[in-house]
Amino acid sequence: MANIEHDKSTGLFGWIDERFPLSSFIKNHLTEYYAPKNFNFWYFFGALALFVFVMQILTGIFLTMHYKPSASEAFASVEYIMRDVSFGWLIRYMHSTGSSLFFVVIYLHMFRGLMYGSYKKPRELLWLFGVLIFLLLMAEAFFGYLLPWGQMSYWGAQVIVNLFATIPFIGPDLAEWVRGDYLVSDATLNRFFAFHVIALPLALAGLIFGHLIALHEVGSNNPDGVDIKQFKDKKTGIPLDGIPFHPYYTVKDLIGLSVFLIVFASIVFFAPEMGGYFLEHNNFVPANPLVTPDHIAPVWYFTPYYSILRAVPPILGSQFPGVAAMGLAVMIFFLVPWLDKSPVRSIRYKGILYKKWLTAFVVSFFVLGYLGTEPSNVWGQFSSIIPLIGGGDIATFVARIFTIIYFLFFILMPIYSKKDQTKEVPKRVTMP
Amino acid sequence: MAKGFKKIDLDRRKFLLTATSVTGAIGVSAMSVPFVSSMFPSEKAKAAGSAVEFNTNLVNPGEMKTTEWRGQPVWILNRSEKMLKTLDNITNLADPSLEVTSQQPKYCQNATRSIKPNVLVVVGICTHLGCSPSPKLTEKGDMGNEWEGGFYCACHGSRFDLSGRVHKGSPAPTNLVVPPHKYVGDNNIVIGEDQEEKS
Repeated sequence: MANIEHDKSTGLFGWIDERFPLSSFIKNHLTEYYAPKNFNFWYFFGALALFVFVMQILTGIFLTMHYKPSASEAFASVEYIMRDVSFGWLIRYMHSTGSSLFFVVIYLHMFRGLMYGSYKKPRELLWLFGVLIFLLLMAEAFFGYLLPWGQMSYWGAQVIVNLFATIPFIGPDLAEWVRGDYLVSDATLNRFFAFHVIALPLALAGLIFGHLIALHEVGSNNPDGVDIKQFKDKKTGIPLDGIPFHPYYTVKDLIGLSVFLIVFASIVFFAPEMGGYFLEHNNFVPANPLVTPDHIAPVWYFTPYYSILRAVPPILGSQFPGVAAMGLAVMIFFLVPWLDKSPVRSIRYKGILYKKWLTAFVVSFFVLGYLGTEPSNVWGQFSSIIPLIGGGDIATFVARIFTIIYFLFFILMPIYSKKDQTKEVPKRVTMP
Repeated sequence: MAKGFKKIDLDRRKFLLTATSVTGAIGVSAMSVPFVSSMFPSEKAKAAGSAVEFNTNLVNPGEMKTTEWRGQPVWILNRSEKMLKTLDNITNLADPSLEVTSQQPKYCQNATRSIKPNVLVVVGICTHLGCSPSPKLTEKGDMGNEWEGGFYCACHGSRFDLSGRVHKGSPAPTNLVVPPHKYVGDNNIVIGEDQEEKS
């Protein structure tokens, strides 16, 4: 960077700048933060995720004004928001739709990272921040789902908390400690409320801040996976393939945001329940600790992991292996920066092996996701004459196959990414 | 310079920038409407704050009863002939001719501050700092020999007459509030709904 003396601003800006690094902050992170000029639509989702996060906080604050975190009042207070509070229905549907679309956006954001190798050196820590955000976001969604205190809220929380009980030795005590009672009850609801409205949002805000700081330290990756800092203008020190984030990408992101908001508003106004996928039908029945609904399924964004949980058979009478597999399925994302041995970042220059494995991974994610929404006998049973698997649920068998593929994508990555026939990476970014 | 790349049209750019900003600002302010309005009283609160009925037959002449409207005490005082007479004799009132018109509806803008002369309906909240005054309906007694009957606020010593008009020198700045009310039939009053204006 050329050492140019920053022109001193005057007036209010000048007054602030003498006391607070406002102008330099705007320069460092917006007007003089140089992002590669070849971003495609996959690069919308980070900004969109930030937008949805802010929207969830805002709508959440207004919901908290009317919601009552008590087992006897929670369900009625949600109905009160829907019926009696002015525009309460809108604010709640924005929040519930926002949570589903948060995961849509985050999954696409993560897939972008996998495609373009955004986790590779020097962006490992950036990726770790991201996986941590993903983890906390799952917790945030889980805690929030109990709050309406419907049948699905209740039994969903019951099942998930009981997962902790399967951990050897400390499990049962741990589950009791999480619930604060012998069953999911008022105490559980009250603490989940505390986690949902303050603890996790606060932690998420901190991690998102860290994610952005890490991003701006190492600079954005791009669809070519080319390091734009290699070629800088000799006079100004600005990357030749970089353009200022503001106004170029702020304006571009506005277009992405507009499209997102069209989709978002269409769902909020015309299909807020999304046929039972965003708001499950059983959750319109108040929680009843004595009656379990016929079919319990988590909200769609948890179903791939729920499928993995169900697919793993109990070993020595313990459900723990399934729980461990589910936890591992999320945690394994942490290792990706070190599993990928490919010399290139972007899928554009990786070989056919990586493309095949990534496709297999995405397919297994979708199949597991679908199976998680259905009961395990959805496809019936194998005929009992078939050896070994005869009489078993077909869906469970399929889920096992795809669970294995899911894990193999990660486990075999060091091998196939090394063996893969990569193409030559251009020196500069390519534009379509 | 690439083919077809024209010179930057600054006027056009400025127009687009302004149009986008204005549209965005309108969108954001429109979006704030649901959020702001969600903080106003909900339909439930409005229902709880709706009109209440009261049968004035329950109050004998010279007596007072209290009912509740929007969580506030509302006094229904059935003034006897004698009480009504004293109202004309009181001289030390701050606003005897009801110049502060916000303290009663139009149809009570009269000598007795009521629809029927004898039935006073008034919100039992002192206009000073919101305490509820005590009825001291009979003359003299513990209020001293000058007392003509009325209401006394123990919090800061405001005095009101039997029409809820404030005495001069009281900390309360205005007369007690007469709530909107109307008669349904001869003796049933509905507190919280305005009487239709007679043409």
